Amino acid sequence: MSVGKRFPVGARVRIRRAFPPGHVRAPWYLRGLTGEVCHVVGEFRNPEELAYGRNDGAKLTLYRVRFRQTDIWPDYAGPAHDTLEVEIYGNWMEPAEEKAA
Amino acid sequence: MLAAPPSLSHTRRMSVDKEAHMRRHHDMGGLEAGPVERREHDYAPWEKRVDAIMRLLSDPKRRILRVDELRRGIEALGPGAYDELSYYERWIASIADNLIEKGVITIDELGRRMAEIEARHEAERAKGRAE
Repeated sequence: MSVGKRFPVGARVRIRRAFPPGHVRAPWYLRGLTGEVCHVVGEFRNPEELAYGRNDGAKLTLYRVRFRQTDIWPDYAGPAHDTLEVEIYGNWMEPAEEKAA
Repeated sequence: MLAAPPSLSHTRRMSVDKEAHMRRHHDMGGLEAGPVERREHDYAPWEKRVDAIMRLLSDPKRRILRVDELRRGIEALGPGAYDELSYYERWIASIADNLIEKGVITIDELGRRMAEIEARHEAERAKGRAE
């Protein structure tokens, strides 16, 4: 697997809506949602491959992505500005189309 | 219990409901889970031993088992075992499965050794009661 496209801090990204079996490292409740890159953590080997004893040396970029809690949970009772930050690998992300607000 | 389905954003709910069966058991973010247990506790000697086994298997000299493989084995335990086993019980169950897969140990050898140790413990306990 290639390292893939690098997203800068501030980029709007969408977590791919995909449901493959296996050792998936993207939380189920975030798939299909859009957030913002708030930190580039670094490059690491792919845990989805390492989990099966495979290691081709290729590295993926790990990002910290910030989501609005109200985007995730419709009945979220906390303040509207509350956010959730999740570390997620770049292979699960795609550039988000900016919505015409 | 973790039976309640997570409540997801209204814009996604229709498709997510269809995809709910594709959520794997361990992937439980957003589910009802009760209060967090905050009490400190000491580790039993066997728990420290499980930790030591994992460290030895994964150290740079041996590299027999990676932490990612340990985690995969834990997530593969299934909902019942995942909820009922304690932290280090999950570790040793995954370590055993992984070592069988890799051919480091065989089921036959592990089963016999477990029975042997259980018998030894029983004998020691009986001896303790007699004294």
